[in-house]
Amino acid sequence: MTVSFSFTVNGADVSCKAAPQTRLSEALRRELGHTGTKSGCDAGDCGACTVLLDGQPVCACLVPVAQVEGARIVTVEGLGANSATGALLQRAFLARGAAQCGICTPGMLVAATALLDRVEAPSREMIADALGGVLCRCTGYAKIIDAVEDAVSGHVRSHEMPELGHAVGAAMPRLDGGPKVAGTEQYGADAIPPDALWVKAIRSPFHRAAFRFGNITAFIASHPGIIRVLTASDIPGRNIFGVIPPFADQPVFAEDEARFRGEAVAALVGERAAIEAIDLSRFPVTWEERGAVLTIAAALEASAPQLHEKRAGNILVKGHVARGDVETAFAVDAVTVEGSFETGFVEHAYIEPEAGWARRVGDRIEITASTQAPYMDRDDTAAIMGFPPERIRIIPSACGGGFGSKLDLSVQPYVALAAWLTGRPAAMVYSRAESIQSTTKRHPAVMRARMAATRDGKLLAMDFEGDFNTGAYASWGPTVANRVPVHASGPYQVPHYRARTRAVLTHCVPAGAFRGFGVPQTVIAQEQMLDMLAEKLGIDALAFRIRNALTDTTSTVTGQVMGDGVGIRACFEALQPHWQKARSEADAFNAKAGHLRRGVGVAGMFYGCGNTSLPNPSTIRFGLKPDGRLSLHQGATDIGQGSNTVITQIAADAAGLPIALIDLISPDTDLTPDCGKTSASRQTFVTGKAAEQAGRALRQMILRLANAGDEARLELSGGTLRVNQGGTIRTVALKDLPVDHHEYVLCAEETFDPPTSPLDANGQGNPYAVYGYGAHLAEVEVDTRLGLVKPLRIVAAHDVGRAINPALVEGQIEGGVAQGIGMALMEEFTPGKGENLHDYLIPTIGDVPPITSILVECASSAGPFGAKGIGEQALIPTAPAILNAIHHATGARLTRTPATPGRVLAALKARPA
Amino acid sequence: MYMRPRTIEEAAAAMGSAGALALAGGTDVFPAHAGQPLDRPIIDLSRVEGLRGIAEMADGFRFGAATTWSDIVRASLPPAFDALKAAAGEVGSIQIQNRGTIAGNLCNASPAADGVPPLLALDASVELASAAGRRVLPLGDFITGYRKTALKPGEIVSAVLVPRPAERVSSAFVKLGARRYLVISILMAAAVVEKDAQGRIARAAVAVGAASPVAQRLRRLEDDLLGLAPAEKPSSRMVLSHVEGLSPIDDVRATAEYRLQAAMSLVGEALDRAAGVL
Repeated sequence: MTVSFSFTVNGADVSCKAAPQTRLSEALRRELGHTGTKSGCDAGDCGACTVLLDGQPVCACLVPVAQVEGARIVTVEGLGANSATGALLQRAFLARGAAQCGICTPGMLVAATALLDRVEAPSREMIADALGGVLCRCTGYAKIIDAVEDAVSGHVRSHEMPELGHAVGAAMPRLDGGPKVAGTEQYGADAIPPDALWVKAIRSPFHRAAFRFGNITAFIASHPGIIRVLTASDIPGRNIFGVIPPFADQPVFAEDEARFRGEAVAALVGERAAIEAIDLSRFPVTWEERGAVLTIAAALEASAPQLHEKRAGNILVKGHVARGDVETAFAVDAVTVEGSFETGFVEHAYIEPEAGWARRVGDRIEITASTQAPYMDRDDTAAIMGFPPERIRIIPSACGGGFGSKLDLSVQPYVALAAWLTGRPAAMVYSRAESIQSTTKRHPAVMRARMAATRDGKLLAMDFEGDFNTGAYASWGPTVANRVPVHASGPYQVPHYRARTRAVLTHCVPAGAFRGFGVPQTVIAQEQMLDMLAEKLGIDALAFRIRNALTDTTSTVTGQVMGDGVGIRACFEALQPHWQKARSEADAFNAKAGHLRRGVGVAGMFYGCGNTSLPNPSTIRFGLKPDGRLSLHQGATDIGQGSNTVITQIAADAAGLPIALIDLISPDTDLTPDCGKTSASRQTFVTGKAAEQAGRALRQMILRLANAGDEARLELSGGTLRVNQGGTIRTVALKDLPVDHHEYVLCAEETFDPPTSPLDANGQGNPYAVYGYGAHLAEVEVDTRLGLVKPLRIVAAHDVGRAINPALVEGQIEGGVAQGIGMALMEEFTPGKGENLHDYLIPTIGDVPPITSILVECASSAGPFGAKGIGEQALIPTAPAILNAIHHATGARLTRTPATPGRVLAALKARPA
Repeated sequence: MYMRPRTIEEAAAAMGSAGALALAGGTDVFPAHAGQPLDRPIIDLSRVEGLRGIAEMADGFRFGAATTWSDIVRASLPPAFDALKAAAGEVGSIQIQNRGTIAGNLCNASPAADGVPPLLALDASVELASAAGRRVLPLGDFITGYRKTALKPGEIVSAVLVPRPAERVSSAFVKLGARRYLVISILMAAAVVEKDAQGRIARAAVAVGAASPVAQRLRRLEDDLLGLAPAEKPSSRMVLSHVEGLSPIDDVRATAEYRLQAAMSLVGEALDRAAGVL
């Protein structure tokens, strides 16, 4: 039943034909084209769809369109013209870097506007209350609060482009930020053609089940609008995908048996209305539930069902690094500690569920989808379609958060197959439940370790064993198993070392990449054990870390000596003044009796940038156009972290040309060379280095045109190049020069692949060309009656080599800290339970305390302008710093994360009397 | 079918149709249908006259069924309602409070409904309307179990009624969740305390939510607090047996054991706050 409803949107009268119970969010997006209003959960849990209804903020996903008849609706697109403060807030968000991926930005802006339109000078608490209903997964909320406070005070920073030669190091606003604050950025679900067919997966309701299809032909016949049902037999190429080709084992559609709850066995293709109206329980499939193994322990039992024939004992892969003589080291007169630690599944919980669409163009398929890895998507989808890679074009949409999970395929093969077989555009948008059920998670870990130190406080030995629940398919399990042994020592000198890991297959959703590839789990064990050791030795926990920190000339546990740029000691030293002050403040607080106890903890980390001992090149193309502007083919997907801006800053200074002259060509496998995946904290380092080299190469070409030396100053205006060398000016009319097949008069294309070496049988070698380093200090308050832990402040010192854009680096740190807080205190996914964002909790604006970022710059000669990665580094030390702070506050040691109130209370009760 | 009745009687009659689903603020209906078609007959209560707003009557306060949590946060009410107002401000987020209604919270009958403990402690009752007229049930009799109510087909909640509080009544609400905003309670407690002219406790009402299928009053604790001296903390009188009537479960938020332990602290805090000794 479709009815016409009249109301105003952003001041304009509209008439909307829709079923009365249609969610306002859908009516706005689909019927009225206001896609600035985002759908993240359809349950009021994320607030991304917040709009003003007669001036009041509401979740548009919870309002039936019938109820807005005659009402005034204001969306993000209309904030400027329809509110007193919206435009100012939009400028403030842009200037502060309050939008990273930008998917929550419309909701944040609308909620903030509702507050500022009503209250002239709100307190910080009122701001938090007003924004508490909108989740952000990228920013840690710090820059959002700053931006609102700027708007309140009227002091919104102006944002001019940095001057020539000063792009690197400039805290400039992101180059792609305008559309994010205007609500015009197009994410995976935002630019789907109106005539597209819709694809909906049929997913296993069981952790493990055999299945049999019934009469699909009859089902299609009895459901007008359903055009096809896709199953494994429709796949023209191979029904297998996976991010690491030698391990690829995941089917697009399960055959015979589904191995995890949420695995697709079939997909319906049809008109959107028909797909949305369908009762999926009527699809003809019969399930036979089978015994599943969900935990590492169950999967390792001799009698356990085997997930894959070729993976004996459910072991996907083992990792191993050994150095020195561990057994002997523990036998000497040393101070030792040992412990067991366990972590759970963590969900990425980006606010944009997976979405995208495909169309057939001749004998090619073009896929527009939210992704972190366009070239990997291309190659894997091509194999599924039985095409050569060139017949697939991947056009990444804006990405509303990734954090590792959008490295793996999600909607791509389904929309490609549907578009190919029907000849019509085909789209797929995951519900929040599908996103949580079927996309990768952080690996749960079960870790055992022992550590030894000499009596004078030098680390002697570490013996680490970790098992990682990798779920039903390989995904990034091998990466986790191989990266962890390299990192389980932490950034310390450990002469005798052994780390052994296993990735264990279970009937769980695949665990894959999540910001840190296993290292955040590992430090929960290792950094807590360092504290245990320091306590036993009677040495200050920070001093102990400084004493044992890696240096430029000491060797990592793989035998690598970095030579330069090892900034871990500098990070710890930067925390020193905060540490002493905070510890004494906590002691003073605790001198009072009461149920609230305060504590201060510290933790460090190092993290290798890029693939572990494997090639991971990036290629940048940089062209000079006849009109005197520059084209930067920047293929690193910007998932909110800022590569569009950072890579451009690097290219500008390397070329010695103003950044304002650069036109960005963003990732598209037809237009940009391969810059690899946005993961492993590699884009600033690897793609940045390629951009630096391309910039320098282009500069050399330009200089050669004018026969000038490197010190010359370049000016481009109109179509004229002026080369100024010591006052001698040479002018070149660019339009008179011949152009290449890209229509450039000059074009540089440079590839950088980090110099690494393979690891030998004992894991010895140079796995990374660069590591990033960091240390966090956490101040917490523990309610000992309820087991509630409240972080009060985080101080985060990070060695980034060179902060190409300090504002973006801070944004990464603040967002990483927030995810670390979530991992430490509240986040755990249990397969089959809580497939939504009200049972799976991520930190809200009220859960992230003030964060002080300290940027340390120990330049690495390997990185562009000395820079290193920061994306994953920022998250890694937060959880162990908090757990160490809980121990300092209460004496309770948390060996199982997250430290939920129940677990903390149990640990408090278990303290030795 | 999507109906938008204008009167309470029309709305009640419409609720007699098979499978009919009442929709007011939509904050429970839509989440329950995330990713699924919403194809049941819907009775939209948002246009029903006289269903929204708070009225002071001779014998108490009448909260129209469609009164939103934001309406309650903003209303000027006696201190006995501080607990209800605090609970209103903890429902989801401002976006949810602007839409979610008092009666919707009761009809959804979640064990973790934020509105129920304060209303139970206020001795609220529920007015039900049908073609046959109106009937009034104590709130404790209206919610009959986990997501179950005494609503009959052809009936809607028309109002929530709270008897006029005595003089010298104050109240408090404490919510325990694993994060600050947008959080389903692990546990919550509401306390309403009436003092006599000398400041001694003359009457106490305590209710705990999310620790049993339906929020519960702790009657024995209430009795044990009678006559408590002004300077004494009610929490100091609590013993474990006061909360043993609760029947919490293990779920994704907490274990039953934790809930019982935390109930001691939370109830104590709510009482101390209500009694003005914290």
